[in-house]
Amino acid sequence: MVTPGTADRQRTIVIVALCAAVTVLALVSLGVGPVKLSPVAVLDALFGGGSEVQRIIVQEIRLPRAILGLAIGAILGLSGAALQGLLRNPLASPSLFGAPQSAAFGAVLVIATGLADVRSYALPGAAVVAAFASVFVLLMVAGRNAGLLLLILAGLAISSLAGAATSLAMNLSSNPFAALEIAFWLLGSLEDRSFQHVTLALPFIAVGAAILLSQRHAFRTLSLGEETAQSLGVNVGRLRLLVILGVALGVGGAVAVAGAIGFIGLVAPHLMRPLIGYDPARLLVPSALTGAVLLVAADIAVRIIPSTSDIKVGVLTSIIGVPFFLYLIVRERRALGGGVA
Amino acid sequence: MSEAAILVASSLSVNLGNRVVLSDISLALSSKHLVALVGPNGAGKTTLLRALAGLLPSEGTIEVCGDALPSLALQERARRFAYLPQGHQVHWPLPAKDIVALGRYPHGAVDPARLSPKDAAAVMRAMQATDVVALGDRRVTELSGGERSRVALARVLAVEAPVLLADEPTASLDPRYQIEVMTNLRTAADNGMLVVVVTHDLGLAARFADVVLVLADGRLVSQGPAADALSENIVADVFRVRTYRADYQRETIIVPWAEV
Repeated sequence: MVTPGTADRQRTIVIVALCAAVTVLALVSLGVGPVKLSPVAVLDALFGGGSEVQRIIVQEIRLPRAILGLAIGAILGLSGAALQGLLRNPLASPSLFGAPQSAAFGAVLVIATGLADVRSYALPGAAVVAAFASVFVLLMVAGRNAGLLLLILAGLAISSLAGAATSLAMNLSSNPFAALEIAFWLLGSLEDRSFQHVTLALPFIAVGAAILLSQRHAFRTLSLGEETAQSLGVNVGRLRLLVILGVALGVGGAVAVAGAIGFIGLVAPHLMRPLIGYDPARLLVPSALTGAVLLVAADIAVRIIPSTSDIKVGVLTSIIGVPFFLYLIVRERRALGGGVA
Repeated sequence: MSEAAILVASSLSVNLGNRVVLSDISLALSSKHLVALVGPNGAGKTTLLRALAGLLPSEGTIEVCGDALPSLALQERARRFAYLPQGHQVHWPLPAKDIVALGRYPHGAVDPARLSPKDAAAVMRAMQATDVVALGDRRVTELSGGERSRVALARVLAVEAPVLLADEPTASLDPRYQIEVMTNLRTAADNGMLVVVVTHDLGLAARFADVVLVLADGRLVSQGPAADALSENIVADVFRVRTYRADYQRETIIVPWAEV
């Protein structure tokens, strides 16, 4: 039996442990690569010590990568938890709804049509708009109180459309090398990212996260259904728009610099429920931290796993995420099979 | 009755799509009354409850505690109406205590883990009234149907609103829990609330309500004390049933008996 007091304490312990894990992984991430550095050397180089080469490696090559890994992992975990809270549905997540795929299409369109340089704000801007449109259309198509099956079918349709549209844009692209470049970028990677990428993505991610976190208590009222939430004084229509906006800003900003990295938003809240409980409001922060842990760990793994060419981190998260998704489907089989809302 | 009326509707109509669900409903309901809203399936009972709470757009006017409903902000409405929907679904296995604490959300107590002493006291009063204090830390999804309905009832009592609207709170409960829920609502009315209950059970309506509203095809066809509002003729017209009637301990007993 968990009394609220101990539940609170347990949540604090989990959050502290996750923060510690994030810090350790960030340090490891700064030390891993062609030139291996010990944590001491990393800390030294980070604060201006060590050789010039070490400082450049840590501060200019690996630090942006680590920062993006943390921020993107966190916003994906947070977006997943927020969507699951909004829809009262444990299978909701940005990638199953086609949000990253649509954001990628927006970004590719801007690149392929030559409207923008890869390092201008037009890129995340287009990604955010496309992500917003995709989630908005999805929720319109699925309707209020949509069941699992409806949401997932609508998500499948939207991600297929976004994928096809992206392929078309690459098809029509005049430069075959640009197309290849885009194809690799779509796989999702944090490699060779600079501080320019950080400044490009971070404002969007930060605003998106702030919007989602500001709505946290409203998610709890939604546990009782939309009508009851409304009777408790929650403007449900406005809440929906804010969540879509927050997810679109975060996912759009993330995809614009790192490509499509999937399944973190689905997995992170699930890992936290056994430890924190099901309260959608209290899951947001732990899910964000778990997302950061997962993505930075995956990004370390792609650098450690021996292979002839480098593995993209987006590929790795999907390879781990999809079997997990299958496991969740098995667990939710009754609800899916029955088609109940 | 109108001098103490706290919920007044005049010429209320609701259209959903092209369909007229409610037309020209006028009523004035007072504090300390338990009002039963009855009518055949599809008569518009739930729609009327939702419209009164401002959860549906409607034509006509609604006043609650002297203020026009549209003039009230969403949060202020939520403080005046406690609304218990049918089926009281809960999507996540939250502790019962947190569900009850959501009743304080309209009062600004958004976090059940951090209630002010005033909000915590209201939650405790509500949980005592429905006898669910011992269930506080259990997950609602693990509770029996009867226990869950008491938790749901505690949630609306915790709002401590002047008006409580309950949609079929006795549906799918065994007789003992039906009586328990109605007794709780009766006590809430005696303590000063206006309680409006949608029910299909004419017997419970006659036994517990001060006023019965009979709805048929979106119109209010009769209202008043049970013995008048649910007269033999009206029940035969509206529900197509004949009733058995008796008086027991000075209360009216009405039992649907046979088809007309």
